Amino acid sequence: MDVVQLQKQLADYTRSLFNEGYLDDQFNQLQQLQDESNPEFVAEVVSLFFQDSQRLVNELAKDLEQQSVDFKKVDAHVHQLKGSSSSIGAQRVQKACISFRNYCDEQNIEGCLKCLQQLKNEYSLVKNKLETLFKLEQQLLEAGG
Amino acid sequence: MDMDASSLSNGMGVENELHVLAVDDSLIDRRLVEKLLKNSSFKVTTAENGLRALEFLGLGDDQKNNLKTTGSKVNLIITDYCMPGMTGYDLLKKIKESNALKEVPVVIVSSENIPTRINKCLEEGAQQFMLKPLKQSDVKQLRCQLMT
Repeated sequence: MDVVQLQKQLADYTRSLFNEGYLDDQFNQLQQLQDESNPEFVAEVVSLFFQDSQRLVNELAKDLEQQSVDFKKVDAHVHQLKGSSSSIGAQRVQKACISFRNYCDEQNIEGCLKCLQQLKNEYSLVKNKLETLFKLEQQLLEAGG
Repeated sequence: MDMDASSLSNGMGVENELHVLAVDDSLIDRRLVEKLLKNSSFKVTTAENGLRALEFLGLGDDQKNNLKTTGSKVNLIITDYCMPGMTGYDLLKKIKESNALKEVPVVIVSSENIPTRINKCLEEGAQQFMLKPLKQSDVKQLRCQLMT
């Protein structure tokens, strides 16, 4: 593919991520922060998000396996994940966290377990989408775009 | 306040840079706020919790008995509200209780828009309360406020 086609492919893909609600305006803010002094800024922050999310999802699984579930702890972990997903614009992950916190408030274990599964799914999806996005950007760069 | 030929009365150093201390337990948010601030020409120091922030400011437990201020000069403190251990509100109180630091503006940031929380902070002397995630326009506004 030539540069123009690659540019179009990247633009279309990016637009679809916003249209489908995977990303929101905060992701645009991140991209605007990137400059020559920090050309890897978005990739760096997204990578921190991946690491942090994986850690939190693992913690949540452990929290919910306990004999006596500490809902304060669960809530604290979900709050952290809500914060970091909001900071990078991962809208669907953020929304899943909001539902999760409601079940925490109700101390509803079944509800929490369902939410954790949903959270894992959303996280997995956005991770794949972002990795694809970065690949397309890389392809464009290599093609001279 | 110490004044010498190389510093202006509002605390700016030779480089004419405004220095901000940003406190947040989230690494992602520290990275974000640091970039936002640097893009607006601020000098930035980040701290991951209230205790580290106080140490940097010269208010650490082991520094309290020093007559000389060992803390670094900052023009603005931005702190997250929700932090484990010492919250942003606790940190705000400690800063306002200190003669050396009570004039430094403190901005509280939070992902949650809770009026009682906001009022509590403003009553304790916070300059402003801002919603996370911060945008470039928020930071530009802060810079304007500091310059006047």
